[in-house]
Amino acid sequence: MNWFQRLMRREEMDHQLDKELRFHIDQRTSELIERGSPPEAAYRQALIEFGGVEAAKEKCRDARGTGWLEDFLRDLRYALRSMRKRPGFAAVALITLALGTGATTLMFSLVNGVLLKPLPYAEPNRLLQLQEKTEKATQYGNLWAFTNPNYLDLKQELRTLDLIALTFDGGTVSAAGQSEYVDGYEISHDALSILGVSPIRGRSFSAADDHVGAAPIAVISYALWQRLFSGAENIIGQQITFDGRGYSVIGVAPPGFHFEGNSGLLGIGPDILLPLGQDASPVMQRRDRHILQVWAHMRPGVTLSQARAELDAIGHRLAQEYPASNEGRTFIADPLQPDVDGVRSTLWLLLGAVALVLLIACVNVASLLLARAISRGRELAIRVALGAGPGRIIRQCLTESSVLAVGGGILGIAIAVLGLRPFLALWPGGLPRVDQVQIDWRVLLFTLGVSLFCGFLFGLAPVARIPLGRLEQSLRSGGRTVIGTSRLLHSGFVVSEIAFTVVLLVSAGVLGRTLLRLASLDPGVNTRNVLVARMAISPTTLKNPASTRAAWDQILSNIRSVPGVRAAAAVDTVPMREGNNQIAYWTTPTPPPQDQLPLVLANSVTPDYLKVMGIPLRRGRFISEHDQLKTEGVVVIDDVLAQKAFPGEEPIGKPIWIDLGKNPMTVVGVVGHVRQFGLAGDDDAKVRAQLYYPFAQVPDKFVRRWSELMSVAVRTSVKPASILPSIREAVRGSSGDQVIYLVRTLDQLARNSIAPERFLLVLFGIFAGLALLLASVGVYGVLSYLTNQRISELAVRIALGSSASGVIRLILKESFQMVALGIAIGAAGAWAADRVLMRMVEGAQPGGPLTFALMITVLAASALLASFVPARRASRVDPLTALRSE
Amino acid sequence: MPTNPKSDLPQGTLDLLILKVVALRPLHGYAITQRLQQVSRDVVQVQQGSLYPALHRLENRGLLTAEWRDTETGREAKFYRLTRKGRAQLQSETASWERLTEAVTLVLKLREEGAK
Repeated sequence: MNWFQRLMRREEMDHQLDKELRFHIDQRTSELIERGSPPEAAYRQALIEFGGVEAAKEKCRDARGTGWLEDFLRDLRYALRSMRKRPGFAAVALITLALGTGATTLMFSLVNGVLLKPLPYAEPNRLLQLQEKTEKATQYGNLWAFTNPNYLDLKQELRTLDLIALTFDGGTVSAAGQSEYVDGYEISHDALSILGVSPIRGRSFSAADDHVGAAPIAVISYALWQRLFSGAENIIGQQITFDGRGYSVIGVAPPGFHFEGNSGLLGIGPDILLPLGQDASPVMQRRDRHILQVWAHMRPGVTLSQARAELDAIGHRLAQEYPASNEGRTFIADPLQPDVDGVRSTLWLLLGAVALVLLIACVNVASLLLARAISRGRELAIRVALGAGPGRIIRQCLTESSVLAVGGGILGIAIAVLGLRPFLALWPGGLPRVDQVQIDWRVLLFTLGVSLFCGFLFGLAPVARIPLGRLEQSLRSGGRTVIGTSRLLHSGFVVSEIAFTVVLLVSAGVLGRTLLRLASLDPGVNTRNVLVARMAISPTTLKNPASTRAAWDQILSNIRSVPGVRAAAAVDTVPMREGNNQIAYWTTPTPPPQDQLPLVLANSVTPDYLKVMGIPLRRGRFISEHDQLKTEGVVVIDDVLAQKAFPGEEPIGKPIWIDLGKNPMTVVGVVGHVRQFGLAGDDDAKVRAQLYYPFAQVPDKFVRRWSELMSVAVRTSVKPASILPSIREAVRGSSGDQVIYLVRTLDQLARNSIAPERFLLVLFGIFAGLALLLASVGVYGVLSYLTNQRISELAVRIALGSSASGVIRLILKESFQMVALGIAIGAAGAWAADRVLMRMVEGAQPGGPLTFALMITVLAASALLASFVPARRASRVDPLTALRSE
Repeated sequence: MPTNPKSDLPQGTLDLLILKVVALRPLHGYAITQRLQQVSRDVVQVQQGSLYPALHRLENRGLLTAEWRDTETGREAKFYRLTRKGRAQLQSETASWERLTEAVTLVLKLREEGAK
């Protein structure tokens, strides 16, 4: 029987114990009777010889080894009973704790899923990310993607690593009469098996599929299977067309499968997987085209340093063999990490904020418990007098507080479970790794730990008040006047609550100010009624540059003919959307050395772009229809570039060289700066200067590549959404396979660009509001209690002639001292929090004295209001009644 | 003269004695007290009430196992029996007890010699 069974079968065991001892005594009695004792005397004799029967039973029970548990269960029952007896107290404490732990659990489940969980592959800690590295850095840095020949050489020679290669490109997929634009990934045939991912239908690629000329096959994503085929079971063997080629489907990847940190062009990861080895395009043969992302899995027993050493050795060999492309080039490996840098600081920030709320909640409950412990002083004193050891009493107090804490924790988990999905849906721009966010055992363990820790924290407060030393005093006073140290403790609670709240309030204030400033910034474009979308141009038009250019003209003129459209243009990088094109420029015929070339954001546009975007023209002219391949190369620059490249000079007519096109180009106009990186991000961006050049002057050899990346921008006179269907129809083209995707309005993009800040503000606002509420309740509770404790003193004061306002002043003064101290401490904390926010939030502005003053005033006002109620009550005390009850 | 010059049992000795008594055959609590007194010629006088906590402790530690059986008089009693683990424990404890008493005897003798 293990201890658990022994515990559960307590009654049965007690019964058996009775029987066993009775047998012993009966046996002894009958033996004595046989020897001639009268039965009565024999029985008494037997009992005397045995010694205390009850004591023996008690010792036997102890010998079972479940005494501590039985005590615990008794404490538990006692705690539950006392909670039932005071449902108001229990409810307030539980709700307070549930809010605190609920918010903390929710935030931790995000931190856990996004930051802490390992990657969803087999042996994630043996996966590496490989890059090519050059000795000399260009303006783009010194890390490169892999070339296919380098990858193939490595794959063949490496003994320490298994390599995975992937590359992606967008394309139109059509099957079953539907078409849409998706990301297609070419992957090495063993990529899925190395990652430990198996298709949920069909099979993955094999080495036999992985060469040019093999039968064209594809694995599709679970999502695409659902969208195009409605999850039909007969998917294997179905034909699909991707980017103009036919493939037969051999497998379906598991739901949510993706390559970590690589979300493709569309941001939703691979919808189509193809064998890399089937790619026959010429770039696959070139040792100077860096197109592949390479991962590796360390073979069993291999360490990272061994792998690095081998990569280095092969890198040196290839550098000697192919000096033209590989000189000074090595290969480096780093552990594969989730790509979550963008949200790491935000998540920790929010977890910190909820931790503060939780602390305030704990302090509140602690002060409630303390008040109760003091009113229970007499009860505790009696128990000590009856022989309960201090350890036993402390254990009981801690059991009670743990019951509260765990109860609050369970409610908190319920809140987190209910709130998690809605909360994630609100996360601006989608959270990376969001599929990993769940309330799993780690989260539950965390919550349990936090709850017990909290229970311990606020359980200690009453323990500190156990009247161990001054038993007799405590008994005599009925626990009413022993309040010396508890006053200090209670004031400590108020001070710390106020301090935590100041930190949260000021942080919310700082964020609010930041958001106000950001929202009032001019994005540099007129965001009203502008639609932008990426354009998938028909593969048939890409055959030669002339037909491509003609197709673009056709698309734009088709869009212009849609009623409600005022202007339409093509552009490669849209402001405030992801993606930009940074190229080097110089303004003297001989360029400065490679690594000193300045960068500019280059936009290739059609003439109507200025009109569509509403960018102000400062001087000169914008690109016009007359700027063609045969005419002089022209660029239009923005204020920032004008200032940087031609400080104090007239830029119009000046030559400028860029890494592209016909050089030199002539500056023909200056326009206003556009916040390419969004309202929040632009000020801190490394490269801000902008330059526009005509799409018509893009050299023929680049036209195809450019066309795959271009977007259309449309200014409308009506709500853009209302004419979106007509625009979709207008661009479809003669072969009907042209689509627009990633459709956004400029308004949306502008709003989204400050969405993270807005989101943070909303959350901090909620947390700060919660903190303010909790702190006010706490201040109210503590002050009511303290005032109650000194009611007889106040009664004497009133009896001696103190006025009501005098009493109120007295109480408020006391409260004011605590609040002032809390604010002073909190202000120091808030100053620190301010620094942290500056570092972590894009575009944040220091709080400044105004924010501090405003937020502190709000807090002080609510704290004093909370104190006023008990103060007023005290001033109305009838001295006779108060004194008599003492 | 008091009939029983009771000797106080050193710590842990009661356990050893119980194991030894039960090793011969299964016994109930009352019989164990009887046997203890008989074989020790009434020198070891165990307070009857303290026998049972010891029995339960040994049962808990898995050195004894118990079952309810009828006695000769037809009443149900709880009989204790030595487990394999209990037997091993008995052996090792006996050995260490013997070493201890031997050593103590030696020391006592030494003192006598020294006094000479």
